[in-house]
Amino acid sequence: MAQTLTETAGSLEAMTPVPYAVTAKRQDTYDTWTLELEPVDGAPIVPGPGQFNMLYAFGVGEVPISNAGNFETDERLVHTIRAVGSVTKALCAAEIGTVIGVRGPFGNTWPIVEAKGKDVVIVAGGIGLPPLRPAIYHVLKNRKDYGRFALLYGARTPADLLFLDEVKSWQCNYDVDLDMTVDAGDTDWKGKVGLVTKLIPPAEFDVDDARAFVVGPEIMMKFVAQELMNRDLPAESINVSLERTMRCGVGLCGHCQIGPTLICRDGACYTWDKVEKLLAVKEL
Amino acid sequence: MRAVLAPEALEAIVDVLRRRDWRVIAPTVRDKAIVYGEIASATELPVGWKDVQGPGSYKLERRDDEARFGYAVGPQSWKRELLAPSVRLLQIKRTNGGLEPVKDAAETKRTAFFGVRPCEVAAIKIQDRVLIGGKYADEDYLQRRENSFVIAVNCGEPATNCFCASMGTGPKAEDGYDLVLTEVLDGTHRFVAEAGTDEGAELLAELPQQPAANADLAAAEKVTDAAREKMGITLDRSDVRELLQANFEHPRYDDVASRCLACTNCTLACPTCFCTTIDDANDLSGEADDRLRKWDSCFTLQYSEMHGGGTRKETKSRYRQWLTHKLSTWQDQFDTLGCVGCGRCITWCPVGIDIREEVAAIRATQEAKS
Repeated sequence: MAQTLTETAGSLEAMTPVPYAVTAKRQDTYDTWTLELEPVDGAPIVPGPGQFNMLYAFGVGEVPISNAGNFETDERLVHTIRAVGSVTKALCAAEIGTVIGVRGPFGNTWPIVEAKGKDVVIVAGGIGLPPLRPAIYHVLKNRKDYGRFALLYGARTPADLLFLDEVKSWQCNYDVDLDMTVDAGDTDWKGKVGLVTKLIPPAEFDVDDARAFVVGPEIMMKFVAQELMNRDLPAESINVSLERTMRCGVGLCGHCQIGPTLICRDGACYTWDKVEKLLAVKEL
Repeated sequence: MRAVLAPEALEAIVDVLRRRDWRVIAPTVRDKAIVYGEIASATELPVGWKDVQGPGSYKLERRDDEARFGYAVGPQSWKRELLAPSVRLLQIKRTNGGLEPVKDAAETKRTAFFGVRPCEVAAIKIQDRVLIGGKYADEDYLQRRENSFVIAVNCGEPATNCFCASMGTGPKAEDGYDLVLTEVLDGTHRFVAEAGTDEGAELLAELPQQPAANADLAAAEKVTDAAREKMGITLDRSDVRELLQANFEHPRYDDVASRCLACTNCTLACPTCFCTTIDDANDLSGEADDRLRKWDSCFTLQYSEMHGGGTRKETKSRYRQWLTHKLSTWQDQFDTLGCVGCGRCITWCPVGIDIREEVAAIRATQEAKS
């Protein structure tokens, strides 16, 4: 070899899918499934709350999916996936025993440990709940270390609400102020109807000493952040998770950039002050 | 270490390197353009050719001398050699219901890049930052880069689209090479050579040469000074990072979108554009997936496609992404500009869009506003 140009970790290992077997599978809604995964050989990877993995379906392709596991008690990887494209459809069609590829964990983590001693406000829109689940379990496990805990959850319809039994058990067992709403109800729905932003004005938290964690469609995050700021929660206290196309997950392919930031490298978790102006530009 | 080489000494360079079993890639004439290809003799260089470039136009013409490097850059860049257009990263095999990733053996052959222009040296340095300067290093790029040997050639005859002087990347290479040559056509046709590394000095020591006199060094300096003067400053890069990030919604993007074909030529010709996609390609048996890393372009709709459609549906958004990335957000991401002023995006744009004019237009109306 002629010259040594870097001591940096090589990308090839990070670009190689590690075989993981599906060990449990649950259908959550009409279009969403949760897979539990264990490595075929060796020790499992250990993601942090907010990190994502690249999941590979043989012969179809690869997509970034947030970790949804309860890392406090469980080493299994958990991914909740909505079947919307060819790869997610193939992943959701995997059966118990099917081997898929996993790369990761990539991206940064929610500043949930840093939120210790503060009130926590979780705002989730539809499939935005799973990426917040690891952070929620961290707070639940260390419930005494945190102040009030508001969980505001909205979905398009009652059929789109995820993990309902689990969410209700959090409310009963861990002193969680749960509030839910759907954009459009059905004949059996007895809860609130309206956008999730409506749940923010009545939510109880100390705006001077709270941290918010918000995941949902980009438009929902914008309005939620605005509503939180209307209550005088500073933009620096509002955390969101961004999503763009990703091919490599390790900062090399260029796809996930939004203006000055590469989401896989600098995110996907950002405080609102860092991204508000960028998301305000159409098609940036 | 400096010396003066006769034109015939270029043959010795090729000889010495090929005797070491290195590949030598250099400019050659093919299909009426200057392209990079493997050579076995210095006679394959484009001797006595020049290029005439304009927005959306390029043609080769005969010179009235025997200059070896009497032209500017062509459609290709050294990106082809370092960040190859399509590379198999690994193969994933299906075995008994499982998956087995198989990695390919690395290529280890040394390769000399003979005739790297200063703007291209700068482009390689930029791609180094992007591809091997972060948390993860692109292994295939790193392998090729570590096996590369750079013989730079300073510029004496910039094309009309060249603006390296504006970007501070040329026409004289300051570092980033193993050996650098300046072709002097005034008086005796000769090359002033200077080693940039120990390996470059070893090569230089093996070549037939004369000591470099002060007059030779002055003549070489005159070549690049004249090139710098000829180019002038055609892109004002002062505060360009701030200028473009403050003007994401500038109406000029509507104007350029009415001309841009979103054809991707600029990104493919650009020596710093690094975007790639991962393509998992099945073989016919259905038992193996080739994981390919391929060039991609931010000008395609698929580039930003997610569930629910592309993020950048309009051509305007895609041109803005490219322009602001090159000159502005690249600095936030990698602490360097993403443009070296080689002019390829202007020459190879089928409708002749000129990055310099677009920036000037944004700057002009921005200044008028304030």
